[in-house]
Amino acid sequence: MIETRSPEIQKIYALLEQVFDPEIPVLSVIDLGVVRSVELNNSGELTVTITPTYSGCPAMDTIERDIKTILSENGYLTAVKTSIAPAWTTDWMSEKGKKNLEKYGIAPPAERTTDKGFLTGKKKEIRCPRCKSMQTEMISNFGSTACKALYKCGDCKEVFDYFKCI
Amino acid sequence: MTRNEAYFEFLLRLGDNTLILAQRLGEWCGHAHQLESDIALTNVALDQIGQCRLLLSEAGAIEGKGRTEDDLAFFRTEKDFRNNLLLEQPNENFAFTITRQYFFDVFQFHLYSELRNSSDDFLRGFAAKALKEVTYHRKLSTDWMVRLGDGTDVSHNKMQEAVTTLWPFTGELFEKTDADTMLIKEGAISDLDTIHKKWLAEVESLLDEATLTIPETMGYMARGSRQGNHTEYLGSILAEMQYLPRTMPDAKW
Repeated sequence: MIETRSPEIQKIYALLEQVFDPEIPVLSVIDLGVVRSVELNNSGELTVTITPTYSGCPAMDTIERDIKTILSENGYLTAVKTSIAPAWTTDWMSEKGKKNLEKYGIAPPAERTTDKGFLTGKKKEIRCPRCKSMQTEMISNFGSTACKALYKCGDCKEVFDYFKCI
Repeated sequence: MTRNEAYFEFLLRLGDNTLILAQRLGEWCGHAHQLESDIALTNVALDQIGQCRLLLSEAGAIEGKGRTEDDLAFFRTEKDFRNNLLLEQPNENFAFTITRQYFFDVFQFHLYSELRNSSDDFLRGFAAKALKEVTYHRKLSTDWMVRLGDGTDVSHNKMQEAVTTLWPFTGELFEKTDADTMLIKEGAISDLDTIHKKWLAEVESLLDEATLTIPETMGYMARGSRQGNHTEYLGSILAEMQYLPRTMPDAKW
């Protein structure tokens, strides 16, 4: 995405980098890709548009509150809007976010959704976030939150979460 | 019937389907045969609740009487619910739950796939989002249909019993009302006959793979939900689900 941001908007994005997903505290809302736009009108009123990862994501209310809190502490009158279209995709997750996820122990999405492998059931290789082995196996497509699947590693034998592609 | 009345009816039906199914799936929480299934079923329930919130909120806005998603979920009675009879059927055992889920997942998958081309902005955006979730649900139930249907004698017999019992509730998914006819004409929704054909082709082929047989019903299919006539089960689902908000209408989480 190429866009030019004014210094003030850049400052707001930097503040939003400090708002984390309450269920994955190493992923900021910017790295997760749920902040879709930041608009500042002439009266200094700010509108932040966010989009849910999954329709039923229970973290949205907390994320909205945290965004309002940090921006109001910095003097911005903020409205947070939620939009569902275009639909969120793991392709919007930043590279930094993916690295942080792996360090935290969650395997990041392994492919672009445009590959469509996830739809056709093509086997994909997921790297164990603990020992980096590629000898891993899916236990279940559904894990501890809506966005994760459950895997186990054939080498270190640990079970780990995988942030699945949508 | 005005356009908004037709659209309200359609949204309510989609929303009520997701709400009642989620409530049924929630009953499995802590009771499934293995932890992975327990988590999977409640994950599916959460996705359905998420979709329900979007659908009922939009329905309330379209109706224009100031009703919120919660008003629609908690303060309507049985006669006003438009969910298909299939979704209110009891969980019974894992075979029944998976079969009910499978029939509905394939329906949702093809319905939402079609709605991505709707002339209506909300439906188009909603369908594109929800389809990603339903794709995973359909994979889960499809895998279990084959694994249990083409499994041991015990699992096969339980699955066949579920298919035989639930099959007569599938016809109603595709029943058209005046509202549907109006929305189809406008291009807001696809013809339910088209979706029925796709559904049938997929389900027949999968049941065959799972060594399960479609029962002979002599053309009989249960119906009634389009007019608000439900099976005996919906009342008790609503009694449990609506108890708290009706007892303490202003209770906040």
